[in-house]
Amino acid sequence: MKKLLSQLTFWRGLLVLLLALGLYATYVRFTQGLGAATNLSDQFPWGLWIGFDILCGVGLAAGGFTLCAIVYIFNLKDFKPIVRPAVLTAFLGYLLVIFALMYDLGRPFRIWHALVMWNPNSVMFEVAWCVMLYTTVLALEFSPVLFEGLGWMKAVRVMRAITIPLVIIGVLLSTLHQSSLGSLFLIVPEKLHPLWYSSLLPVFFFLSALGVGCAMVIFESFMSSRAFKREIEMPLLSQLGRVMVVILLIYTVMKIQDLFDRHAFAAVFTLSLESTLYWIEMGFGVLLPMILLSFRKVRLQQTGLFVSALLVVIGFVLNRMNVSITGMEGWAQAGYFPSWMEIAVTVMIVALGFTAFALAARYLPVFPKAEPESQAIEAVHLREEKLALEMMK
Amino acid sequence: MARKAMLIDITLCVGCGLCRDACKQANGLPEGEETKLNANAYTVVQDWGDNTFVRRVCMHCENPTCVSVCPVGAFTKTAAGPVLYDEEKCIGCRYCMQACPFQVPTYTWNETSPRVRKCIFCHERLAQGLPTACSEACPTGATIFGDRDELIAEAQKRLQENPDKYVNHIYGLQEAGGTSVLFLSAVPFEKLGFPTNLPNQPLPMLTWNALSKIPNIVAVGGTALYGLWWIVNRRDEIGKLHAKLKEMEERDHSGEA
Ligand code: SF4
Ligand code: SF4
Repeated sequence: MKKLLSQLTFWRGLLVLLLALGLYATYVRFTQGLGAATNLSDQFPWGLWIGFDILCGVGLAAGGFTLCAIVYIFNLKDFKPIVRPAVLTAFLGYLLVIFALMYDLGRPFRIWHALVMWNPNSVMFEVAWCVMLYTTVLALEFSPVLFEGLGWMKAVRVMRAITIPLVIIGVLLSTLHQSSLGSLFLIVPEKLHPLWYSSLLPVFFFLSALGVGCAMVIFESFMSSRAFKREIEMPLLSQLGRVMVVILLIYTVMKIQDLFDRHAFAAVFTLSLESTLYWIEMGFGVLLPMILLSFRKVRLQQTGLFVSALLVVIGFVLNRMNVSITGMEGWAQAGYFPSWMEIAVTVMIVALGFTAFALAARYLPVFPKAEPESQAIEAVHLREEKLALEMMK
Repeated sequence: MARKAMLIDITLCVGCGLCRDACKQANGLPEGEETKLNANAYTVVQDWGDNTFVRRVCMHCENPTCVSVCPVGAFTKTAAGPVLYDEEKCIGCRYCMQACPFQVPTYTWNETSPRVRKCIFCHERLAQGLPTACSEACPTGATIFGDRDELIAEAQKRLQENPDKYVNHIYGLQEAGGTSVLFLSAVPFEKLGFPTNLPNQPLPMLTWNALSKIPNIVAVGGTALYGLWWIVNRRDEIGKLHAKLKEMEERDHSGEA
């Protein structure tokens, strides 16, 4: 008990410290401008907040639509118990991305301009709309949990009825903006290092989002099982591991073929900062977990699965940072490295995310065992079906 | 109005910086001798040694990247040539800065309501029939102003008459789909900090290729997902019904027995 208490206060203390640093940085950012708070410059206008908070944030939230598609479209009902935590993380993720965007935009209070001032030629315009619509979809997808918590069963049934259209819209919107985050960089062929620039950027962004979506579901299941002392859904998660092997394999093959097509293979084997980073990203973030997960033993074992998922997440983050930051450094020659305040804000946002997830998981019926209502509904369905059958006879 | 342009002949530039000063005056910017574009310097003159001086200024692209990338349409290309910025629309995402192939737009980083800053091709003077302030100020004729067609002809004439003096290239004729600011030089352009790896096709085509697929993805993808759901679930339901029928029959039989 005592140990638990001291642990709790340690994490609380850390959280308070991180919040304090982040709040100070927030104060500087909004009272003295981006110049005072960040290391951004005319030569390097996009930094950590775009590279990590936005690009990685959106990607790491991809578990939501991946699982929704698996359960509702492909009808693999086994996965149903982990849909809710995945949708919750996705929803929180998108809220945090929008929150982070308010720091990065020079004029955050004009964010609504994208609603009324259209430029359909702009990838950014498309991303803005998709993110906005998809966040709404996620809120709706998550709403039954809230309604259940409140005991509003009518509302729950209404939401159940429109599940499929919602899921389809969600999958489409996600496909569009996950890939479009890659399209953002199609416009800089002369700036982005040839190891990363490719006309296939949107495809790569989409595929890697799928992969990291699965990885995040595994990662979250482990984290929450530790925090809330729950059983881990091992058979389910190892199946996800198998899905990941397939996705990573397709990704790798396409990446290699793309290098050939663009005659960029030489860049992989010339020693440079970029090629080193590229090898770390592909080696530890893609190839290693792919090989690990292709062993049944690793997939069926908790640590093996967890470590592989973690590697995929890290590889994903590296990829987004390489595309948006390191891959541009060589061209810009600005020597950009994030300021401590940029880092403090990012860390604060991540901490807020963890806290929000923990709170929601504690007070709302997010995890499986708290699903008596749906079971009751299913029982009703069964009875109705039986009646119908009996009448047919 | 015919499309206006500027021709900058680097071989004629003596590096006096009068264009920069005239620009600052015309735009009400604080004095200074910057060598890099920034929010207080819409044009600068850089010394590349060997009596070679290069002006930097917004190229006023024919099919501008900045216009295409801005999510709220804060940039417009006018028929007369200038590429203009509307600070009332701008949300400050800085995609224009990230995307401009010539690294032109700059930002007032230290304002709490920051703006993008760049050369506006003296569009108000143009509307009155005047040339740009910088070309008017240039004492040597290194920067001249006129119709784009005529300036291209003039540049071609100079290249033909002095093939030994110039590198045989009009920078801006085709780069990124062509620009309204054209350069002639005696030193290869890549040695003077000009981006020479730009495609000749306008850059906005690159993103448009991806964006134009969206309606297809939505239509085909939506139908496919719905169809998939229908097939998979139908099969599932039929399977369930069959199983139940069988179960009932069995029960009936056992009841009879
Ligand atoms: S040079 Fe850059 S800022 Fe100027 S018109 Fe072209 S893309 Fe826009
Ligand atoms: S910073 Fe302003 S002008 Fe530039 S792309 Fe963003 S909204 Fe448009």
